[in-house]
Amino acid sequence: MNQTTSGRAGLGSLLRGDSRRYGMAVALVAIVVLFQILTGGLLLTPLNITNLILQNSYILILAIGMMLVIVTGHIDLSVGSVVAFTGAVSAVMLTSWGLPTAAVVPLALLLGAAIGAWQGFWIAYVRVPAFIVTLAGMLVFRGATLAVLGGESIAHLPPSLRQIAGGFLPGQGEGPHLPTLLLGAAGAAVVVWIQWRARARTRAHGLPVQHAAVTAAASAVLVAAILAFTFALAAHNGLPLVGLLLVALIAGYSFVTRSTTLGRRIYAVGGNERAAALSGIRTQRTTFWVFVNMGALSALAGLVFTARLNAATPGAGTMFELDAIAAAFIGGASASGGVGTVVGAVIGALVMGVLNNGMSLIGLGVDWQQLIKGLVLLLAVAFDIYNKRRVGAGGAAVFGLRRRGRPGPGGGAGASSPGAREPASA
Amino acid sequence: MTGAPTGAGAPPGPLLSMAGIRKEFPGMVALDDVSLDVREGRVHALMGENGAGKSTLMKVLSGVHPAGTYTGDILLDGEPCAFGGVVDSERAGIAIIHQELALIPQLSIAENVLLGHEATRFGVLDRDANHARARELLLRVGLDENPDVPVSALGIGAQQLVEIAKALAKRVRLLILDEPTSALNEAESRRLLDLLRELRDQGVTCILISHKLGEVVSVSDEITILRDGRTIETLVVERGADGTPSVDEDRIIRGMVGRSLDRLYPEPAGEVGPVRFEVRDWTVDHPTQPGRRMVDGVDIDLRSGEIVGLAGLMGAGRTEFAMSLFGRSYGRYVRGTLFKDGEVLPVPDVAAAVRGGLAYVPEDRKTLGLLLDEDIRHNTTLAGLHRVSRRGVIDQARETVEARRMSDGLHVRGNVAAGTVRTLSGGNQQKVVLAKWMFTRPELLILDEPTRGIDVGAKYEIHLIIRRLAAEGAAVLLISSELPEVLGMCDRVHTMCEGRLTGEVPAGEADQETLMRLMTRTGDRP
Repeated sequence: MNQTTSGRAGLGSLLRGDSRRYGMAVALVAIVVLFQILTGGLLLTPLNITNLILQNSYILILAIGMMLVIVTGHIDLSVGSVVAFTGAVSAVMLTSWGLPTAAVVPLALLLGAAIGAWQGFWIAYVRVPAFIVTLAGMLVFRGATLAVLGGESIAHLPPSLRQIAGGFLPGQGEGPHLPTLLLGAAGAAVVVWIQWRARARTRAHGLPVQHAAVTAAASAVLVAAILAFTFALAAHNGLPLVGLLLVALIAGYSFVTRSTTLGRRIYAVGGNERAAALSGIRTQRTTFWVFVNMGALSALAGLVFTARLNAATPGAGTMFELDAIAAAFIGGASASGGVGTVVGAVIGALVMGVLNNGMSLIGLGVDWQQLIKGLVLLLAVAFDIYNKRRVGAGGAAVFGLRRRGRPGPGGGAGASSPGAREPASA
Repeated sequence: MTGAPTGAGAPPGPLLSMAGIRKEFPGMVALDDVSLDVREGRVHALMGENGAGKSTLMKVLSGVHPAGTYTGDILLDGEPCAFGGVVDSERAGIAIIHQELALIPQLSIAENVLLGHEATRFGVLDRDANHARARELLLRVGLDENPDVPVSALGIGAQQLVEIAKALAKRVRLLILDEPTSALNEAESRRLLDLLRELRDQGVTCILISHKLGEVVSVSDEITILRDGRTIETLVVERGADGTPSVDEDRIIRGMVGRSLDRLYPEPAGEVGPVRFEVRDWTVDHPTQPGRRMVDGVDIDLRSGEIVGLAGLMGAGRTEFAMSLFGRSYGRYVRGTLFKDGEVLPVPDVAAAVRGGLAYVPEDRKTLGLLLDEDIRHNTTLAGLHRVSRRGVIDQARETVEARRMSDGLHVRGNVAAGTVRTLSGGNQQKVVLAKWMFTRPELLILDEPTRGIDVGAKYEIHLIIRRLAAEGAAVLLISSELPEVLGMCDRVHTMCEGRLTGEVPAGEADQETLMRLMTRTGDRP
């Protein structure tokens, strides 16, 4: 085929690529608007936005790790059980052993990492399919949870742990929450700085950049989104500590996946393991550490969930793995590996979260909720596949654009601004 | 050496006539006013560089691009056809055999051959009838195998024959073969070409797509050349009394590239320097069958600026040797030492090999060389990320610049930072793999079949690149099954057979016969 014409993405194909990349972000906004109307404005009240963050925090944490697992071409079915197990062990350490929270948190994370290492060993080095290993893990750690808890819940955990899920940034008594606003402003400034520095660097290397007005518009949209979000939070109790944790995780993992050699290697292993190995990448080690990471994030989610419930229960975390997997796929990860973004997974988790929350607010039963969520998952992936096939022949930049989602220090807002990226074509 | 144009009115009339075919993809015209007439009972070769439109034309013909997505007429026996899909074209007697075989490895030969056409009695498979029919078809393609053997147990050459038998089972009238010999060795290729001649004599018409000019000249009756999505000419091959064809390779190349290539291979450019790498007693066993020697006591010296050829038949152990040397990527290492500048260079894994200055461009670029869903930039820098990163953080603007510099230097057509390498042509994909390894600044570059399945123009460019690397001081080990390439490119040739080196010849003194004799020196090969 004539590469010179297909390689140069015209405006049309560029927009098409963008429509795919922002497709889910647009869908998220549409869902939010829909439920805002259906609930008569209940969805976007400061209280409910705070609740949305708290309710979905553990799924968001899991979705980030799951996205990485899926990018390497694997799956992890055990995360729900690992959430329950680490939560149970933490509760035992806090109550029976009387350990302080400051010691329990790192111990729980270590426990999660060890569980990840156990599973990663079988998957990466013995080459047992991840589906089998983590299916076994799902049973093993659910059983272990029951054993640790003796079939009963441990409730009434110390306040220091409950802070993790229920705490807010400290602030003054009256009016909007000032530290939250300051933090939001600082975050917006950082985002703008990153954006313009990237543009300047690109230009310094003699590469084409988009017009300054376009970049400015993109910055404006981002800043507006971040500020609107922080104002909403400030009107209630301010930024929850969990929200701060999430922002840090999303920013950190976005940076690692997009801008580091480590991230590049993870994508390479998932995209073509043999080619990666022949390029000097230690593919088994990479896979192993991705599972260690998943284990540690599962433990973190376990801590948050236990803190939020103020109890460790034998049935905690049931079906969490499916929510995390769905979030990653809705966010554009490919089942065959090598494709997926942190911001995408976050958007996927938020789509599910807003659907849950919105449907509950309008009083839709669990039966309908499950049904609708299932269909959303199916349609999202079908749309993705359809798009790939349609654009594949023309050689438009779908993958390229999708993989390099903007870093999202502002959470989901990060990817919702069209034109936030310089067009790569001359 | 001129081929007469068609249309001289020679009977019989064409079995297939495609006229005024135009096919557009978003942003480009793949075919423009292409016409193709194929006469019954002929072998008709379709030639053209990668990207000339051969595959697209065959996809139009076989219904992969259904009627309505192109303009123009397809006449089969003078009747207009509009295929809505592959099923329609198969029903009309058109079968296409792709480069990537479409057999089901776990099923037996008979089950594959008769897939979808099984004889049944009251809806139950009639085992005996199927067996007999499969045997008869296998006999026709000259494959002497038990039909109950699973296809996965066959070599690639035999699998190709199973594919053809499968096509014959569908009572094919027009058989399209896309690069059928690209994965076959010399003996298997010869057998396949003989089969094409036999099928032609039995009345099966063939369209052959191939980059191997020699085999096209030897087997074709007519040759249609495409260039940039247009039909350039159709040559009729007449054979003299002694079998000499009236069209030669130069004539075809002239049609394909629109000019004549004065030289098939570039001149050596640099001086041969001192010995840089020495391999001593390199011995490797089969990965799953300990004790089965795949590489046996190989000793080889590689000098800076020198291109050393490694010639051998398929299965001689060339790839196995190269991959095991490249950080033990193949088999079980038994013994052997690699010296660099007189000192032992340990290469326990690929990362160590790369650090030591080794680079290996694999034979199978799609499964071993490329991240197909990534862009050119990410593929180019993958093996040399340390060069565009600091403390593990990649400078993406610099990465883009470096990747663009590499791909401009190699004339890769395509945007470095957008699109996926999956959509590039074979020649461009190979250049991306080369760029990736040149980016690591290798001191020993091992090239495994670097021009397989690549058209003449891109091939010459790749040869130029190899020459340039050698001239810049790299030691090059070139593995190739094409003897003319080995002779044209190398300063020195080692031959290999059954895991052992069987000879060393300066390229100036070697000819194809000498090499072939050395390549078959041990063991009894047909």
